[in-house]
Amino acid sequence: MTISNEDVQDILRLLDTLPFSELTLETSRFTLRLQRAADGGWSQETQVLSRPVAAAVPAAAVGPVPAVPAAAASPAPAGAPTAGSTHADASRTQDVRAPLPGTFYRAPQPGAPPYVEVGSQVDADTVVAIIETMKLMNPVYAGATGTVSEICLDDGQFAEQDAVLMRIGAQAG
Amino acid sequence: MLHSVLVANRGEIAARVVGTCQRLGIETILACSDADLDSLPARLADRTVRIGPAPPAGSYLNTDAVVAAAVAVGAEAIHPGYGFLSENPRLAHACDAAGLVFIGPPAAQLEMAGDKLAARAEAAAAGIPVLAGGAVGSAAEAESLAQQIGWPVLVKAAAGGGGRGLRRVRTPGELAPAAGQATAEARAAFGDPRIYLERFVSHARHIEVQLLGDGDRVIHLGERDCSVQRRYQKVVEEAPAPHLDPRLRAAILDAAVAFGTRLRYRGLGTVEFLVDTDGGAFFFLEMNARIQVEHPVTEAVSGLDLVAEQIAMAEGRPLRLVPEEVTLTGHAIECRINAEDWRAGLPGPGTITRAAFPAGPGIRVDTGIQAGSVVPPYYDPLLAKLIACGADRPGAVSRLRRALGRCEIAGVETNLPLHRGLAREPEFIAGGVTTGFLGRYLGRAASDGAAAAARQSRPGMAAAHE
Repeated sequence: MTISNEDVQDILRLLDTLPFSELTLETSRFTLRLQRAADGGWSQETQVLSRPVAAAVPAAAVGPVPAVPAAAASPAPAGAPTAGSTHADASRTQDVRAPLPGTFYRAPQPGAPPYVEVGSQVDADTVVAIIETMKLMNPVYAGATGTVSEICLDDGQFAEQDAVLMRIGAQAG
Repeated sequence: MLHSVLVANRGEIAARVVGTCQRLGIETILACSDADLDSLPARLADRTVRIGPAPPAGSYLNTDAVVAAAVAVGAEAIHPGYGFLSENPRLAHACDAAGLVFIGPPAAQLEMAGDKLAARAEAAAAGIPVLAGGAVGSAAEAESLAQQIGWPVLVKAAAGGGGRGLRRVRTPGELAPAAGQATAEARAAFGDPRIYLERFVSHARHIEVQLLGDGDRVIHLGERDCSVQRRYQKVVEEAPAPHLDPRLRAAILDAAVAFGTRLRYRGLGTVEFLVDTDGGAFFFLEMNARIQVEHPVTEAVSGLDLVAEQIAMAEGRPLRLVPEEVTLTGHAIECRINAEDWRAGLPGPGTITRAAFPAGPGIRVDTGIQAGSVVPPYYDPLLAKLIACGADRPGAVSRLRRALGRCEIAGVETNLPLHRGLAREPEFIAGGVTTGFLGRYLGRAASDGAAAAARQSRPGMAAAHE
């Protein structure tokens, strides 16, 4: 619960009749700072101080609440190697990193073959995955010429920004 | 009469719904993911309940978690906001099964509106013009239908909408990859890979009609113009649509009401149309069976609280408005303020260090952030909506321009510079732009930016902005 837009409009109507150009109101629940700008209009900074109040949830209800799909329930830390993958020699590999935080997709559509597999030959402009961030699909490019030596995340897993998605083995010779 | 509502959303719309509920004396419980437990809407709501981890698949898109949370906290109803589960018939069904009120239309109406191909067929059956096109099941079918329609064509997802799973294809060679990408987006968002094609209208305005129905009667609350779009995402919206021929306006409003009446629509919904400015014809696009991001411009010109109307419809009350009583006055414009690198069109999560907004007559700001708020990477980048209204469009534009000057958000990059530029752009000030306007504006901004950067001998950075 805080001050409403209507409350602010009422305060401004009052302020407009007074010779003040700034008002700071502090309560235990919020602070409101109103300032008259150079153009004569008002600007407002509100800070709601009240902490969120967690609802009391009956113990019996705790069980079914986090009915999270298995895939989304416990994402491995971004960048953690997939079970069974082999660590390539870092000195001879180039990391492909997430350009943005988002969901990692290996294929352009469900059921379609992945863009690349371990062993695929790529060059710098090869699209190797998609990262979906805030509703936008962003292609991920290999960024180096060579062979995909490791795919570090599962399809649909969330990747933090700069997380290593794949490793590209440097081209031999 | 509802006494408690679980708000199953986040950000500005969660704060918006909480505000109306508090005004109506309805207790609010906000459903939060781990990323939002300390958000501004969490502080505004009476209580909060955790529904899952930050990625939306486990929380805001998890029907079971949302319904279980509503039952656990003893809420009587669920308000789904927009996006997430708002148009998901599963949530409406699950609410029915759990004895909860779903604040939205009945599940069957959500199913019809959510299937864009079914909605297209309903519109055609109601005598409303639809664009040349139809469903395609294979690359060969797509190819042959596209040849009939003529290039370019739009590839759309049957379960899409709101600009997702949508691609413009100019040449036959681009069709198969575009269809693949559209399918991928549809899969990621909705789990339904069906796609269809529609004729691409090169000079078009996006005009939509706000409907409100009680299951017997459907009325309209005027139209909105949402033509200022980038990649089919709306950036600026206004009501009414400027410079729209009065006969065309009347025909569009009638078509929307005919569509809603045919569905016996109950709740708040929007029918979207494309107006071909070359021929002056209009075409049905889709229906959105929920509250829209841009609803405040309709509220500004109608004086109504659309969330309160939604709640009244969900309570099973008859419409309390008759068309003669709905008076639309003045002009309102909304800017969507996003956390993004607006030149590159890339979202930019982070932590807000300062958030100052304009205040005063004719100005409204809906936001879900304050200083200290974290903008997580998991959700859409909308930080705030600035709505300015005036007695007429020039009055609204001039108020908007001044109000934008008093917006200050620090800590994340925002598209405020874009909005300030638009509010000074002669074509926008004149009004009635087409959907190609923003793309052209951004192209000019990019080359201006490149020129400025070249003067500062930083050509590399400007090139990255193209």
